Amino acid sequence: MMTAARRSSPQKPPSHPWRMFQNVSLGLLAWLIALAFFFPILWMIFSAFKTEDQAFATPPIIFFQPIFDNFVKAFAKYGHALLNSLLVAFGSTILSFVLGLPAAFSMVFYPTKRSRGTLLWFVSTKMMPPVGVIVPLYLIFKDLHLLDTVWGLTLMYTTMNMPLVIWMMHSYISEIPSEILEAAKVDGASLMQEFFNIAMPLATPGIASTALLCLIFAWNEAFFALNLTNVDAAPLSVYISAFKTSEGLFWAGLSAAATLVILPVMAFGWSAQRQLIQGLTMGAVK
Amino acid sequence: MKSKTWIIGAGLATSAVVAAIATAAIAQGPVTVTIATVNNSDMKTMESLTSVFEAANPDIKLKWNVLPENELRQKVTTDIATGAGSYDVATIGTYEVPIWAKNGWLNSVDDLFTKNASIKSSYDLNDILTPVRLGLSYNKTLYALPFYAESSMTFYNKAAFAANKLTMPVKPTWNQIAGFAAKLHKPQNGFYGICLRGLPGWGENMAVFTTMVNTFGGRWFDPQWNATVDSPAWKAALTFYVNLQKKYGAPGSTGNGFTENLTYMSQNKCGMWIDATVAAGFLKDPKQSKIVDTVGFANAPTGPGTPKGSNWLWSWSLAIPKSSKVADAAFKFITWATSKEYIALVAKTNGTWASVPPGTRKSTYANPEYQKAAGDFAGITLDSINRADPTNATKDPVPYVGVQFVGIPEFQALGTQVGQYIAGALAGQYSVSQALKLGQAAATKVAKEGGYKK
Amino acid sequence: MTAQPSTTKLSKSSGRTSRLPALLLLLPALGYLILTTQVPFIMTIYYSLFRYSLVDPFRRPFIGLENYLTLFTDPQSVPVLVNTLVLVLSVIAITVVFGAALALLFNRKFFGRNLARTLLIGPFFVMPVVTALIWKNSLLNPVFGLFGVVSRAFGVTAIDWLAQFPMLSIIMMVTWEWTPFAMLILLTSLQSLPIDQLEAARLDGVNNVQEFWYIILPHWTRAFEVVVLLEAIFILQIYGEIYIATSGGPGTATTNLPFFIFQKAFGEYSIGMASAAGVIAVILANIVTALFLRLVNRNVNVKEVK
Repeated sequence: MMTAARRSSPQKPPSHPWRMFQNVSLGLLAWLIALAFFFPILWMIFSAFKTEDQAFATPPIIFFQPIFDNFVKAFAKYGHALLNSLLVAFGSTILSFVLGLPAAFSMVFYPTKRSRGTLLWFVSTKMMPPVGVIVPLYLIFKDLHLLDTVWGLTLMYTTMNMPLVIWMMHSYISEIPSEILEAAKVDGASLMQEFFNIAMPLATPGIASTALLCLIFAWNEAFFALNLTNVDAAPLSVYISAFKTSEGLFWAGLSAAATLVILPVMAFGWSAQRQLIQGLTMGAVK
Repeated sequence: MKSKTWIIGAGLATSAVVAAIATAAIAQGPVTVTIATVNNSDMKTMESLTSVFEAANPDIKLKWNVLPENELRQKVTTDIATGAGSYDVATIGTYEVPIWAKNGWLNSVDDLFTKNASIKSSYDLNDILTPVRLGLSYNKTLYALPFYAESSMTFYNKAAFAANKLTMPVKPTWNQIAGFAAKLHKPQNGFYGICLRGLPGWGENMAVFTTMVNTFGGRWFDPQWNATVDSPAWKAALTFYVNLQKKYGAPGSTGNGFTENLTYMSQNKCGMWIDATVAAGFLKDPKQSKIVDTVGFANAPTGPGTPKGSNWLWSWSLAIPKSSKVADAAFKFITWATSKEYIALVAKTNGTWASVPPGTRKSTYANPEYQKAAGDFAGITLDSINRADPTNATKDPVPYVGVQFVGIPEFQALGTQVGQYIAGALAGQYSVSQALKLGQAAATKVAKEGGYKK
Repeated sequence: MTAQPSTTKLSKSSGRTSRLPALLLLLPALGYLILTTQVPFIMTIYYSLFRYSLVDPFRRPFIGLENYLTLFTDPQSVPVLVNTLVLVLSVIAITVVFGAALALLFNRKFFGRNLARTLLIGPFFVMPVVTALIWKNSLLNPVFGLFGVVSRAFGVTAIDWLAQFPMLSIIMMVTWEWTPFAMLILLTSLQSLPIDQLEAARLDGVNNVQEFWYIILPHWTRAFEVVVLLEAIFILQIYGEIYIATSGGPGTATTNLPFFIFQKAFGEYSIGMASAAGVIAVILANIVTALFLRLVNRNVNVKEVK
């Protein structure tokens, strides 16, 4: 394909004013789209500082005296659920990697005839609709005394995220240029050396982005959480659902709770995003 | 060597004794009663009064699982059906109690009263409104205690009525309602003639619509369990409902349930609304309503068929699953949370009688302070509940119990399915007759597969 | 099948002898997933052969394949399948195109790019339940929603989105959630494009279209694969947004397979039927994903020819 590109050689005349205009207008467009995408969230955060009355005013109120009552109320049961969410999200992500990363590595570095099928099988386990298996799961959890435990939910989220880890890491590790592997093999690297010294460092950006995805999915999962926990192990997705009542839409209160729920994962995602992209560009420069 | 073994043995023995004492101490400690309840405001008040109960019953600790209605229902049903035993008290409705009692999932409240005679004398079971009590019984045995009960009624915006020189009768008919709606409907001003539930679901649009069918002279099944969804009465009711909603209804009707309509009504966007009596308290609450001073109350409208079954009956009740290991402690709790003393406690805590759990006890309505605080809607609520008879809610005889539902396990599915067809008719996806034809097929199938039709 | 190029690439070059250590690395993951997914799945298959109502413990007869037969002959099943596919296909198509355009846009240097990108990916972090609530109440609602407010400001009657365009409304919601994801994956992929490769092409005077067609698009292959596969998996399982926004209606306009199963399981407590539909959903999901992968794979093969 490079040869195809090489044929068209006439240089483009540099047209600076046009370039400038193009850059500025495309930059503006990008900002506009970004703001449009973020607006609903911003609007919700706004509502969190309104009274219930103001939250539903038409036309919408833009200037108002912010109140913090909604947050004070939302904080009441927040801490415990936050702790559960952190434990479950990080626990399941770590466990998914501990189990999934070696598997992905093994399938790339030591492929067999069955590797392809195995990989597809891993991915296919992700396709079972949770609601289709909830009754059997409930019975199993009941018998193993896993209902309403942080452990039980962590195990479930590991099941949910591990196929993702295997698939994405398989993809990333496969991108490692085969020359590097050949060189390592010639040097007589052992399996462990290959894994820890070559695959792991090269796959770091992949690990970072996949881990971020796992965290988000575990953080936002609601169905298993709602059905397999009651009080002790209930994470934030259950906490938020308690603000949804059938006796009136308390939009301001719900917005405050939702803001608290989104905030940690968003802050984490945003900070990790920078590292993630840095890692990727570094990997590309090397 | 020997002495060493002996020392270890003694150590083990000591620790065993210590452990035994420790276990005994724990066993004597308070038992935990886990309560699953709906996150409605009355239940949240109940949760906030935990410390009062625990202070009076130091041997019992309460643990709360508070969820929205549908989530709660799916969770509690799964838990009880699989015998997991996570809950000692479950908050369930008039629809579930008889069905679950039949399944043997609930402890009989009558038995527990017999066992705890002291509670029985102070509780005054005869104070509970009769229709509510009957609704929570199966084979003449009581299986749950009512926390609050509701019927349905008409809410209207007095200011809009006055501006249009209209007067709402105490007992309106559906035709009058349609006439008012036509005059009140000013969509260009963001004000709509009528708000009615359109959100599909057996407990959503079908609750309102089934009361319409009743009062238009229809029924779900005839005594031989032949489905009658394609009858002229259903057709009249659905045509009326669709026309009313399409012409004078609030927009977004197929997405509007109780919650959404409450928002419309309280934000001064709706002329009338026919829904649960509990909404009266919310519309009178200055914190969430803009029409506190202008909201009016009337009975649920009646249709051309019969006045029977024009208003529903529902109660949120506390039941003790068979799988609970601490039934006696749970019983202490449910008799406390549904007692006269509890109602008075809520009035004292909230500083007003207007927000006590309504609809359960004669004594509440006899209380002058309650009459004063909830004056303009208390009478209609009590009348409506007393009038609602789940065993006689249709013009022609039926083989089932229930006003706004058919008291069989399959109804939850059937009601929701037909509710979707009704919503489809409202959205213009189906014609009225198409929707009813589909509904008739679904109802026929249920009667056959459920083994009701012989 | 996407694994094919990479695995064959390696296996050709390496003649490994000892497979045992590699197997040991694979086994824990394999064992764990077999235990946690196949046991419930087998139980699901078992339940699908019974008329199993959760609320009727007395009558649970074995009925063979009747649940499947009912599903296949139920006229309601066709729209459910169509809805499922429409939702998945349109969301994937829209998010990939949008995501690609946005990735190109955000790969340029402009003022405050990092902040803009940060704002853009916000929707991906929002819990689906919250997404649906935001959209239903503060955007799409014809009276209180912003869309309605804006259209009324321009003198146009507000559209009742969820009743008039229910599927489109759901597609908009899901697109809002997943476009940032597609964009992020494609952008990171774009930034890993070797700079010397691009510079060489630019020196050769390659125009933007050619650059996109011959360099960027082939480079994106694996990123597309990740986006398409993951979106397919997640969007095939979407039900939370539907549950809150439309309850699958009006009629069956927005009932997809997962919501259908949800309705059977928790609306009707018909565990037998829900199990049968669950089994069908697994099969369907596998077929759809396999087809997707084959499509993507064609590009991979082209790349390998180089």
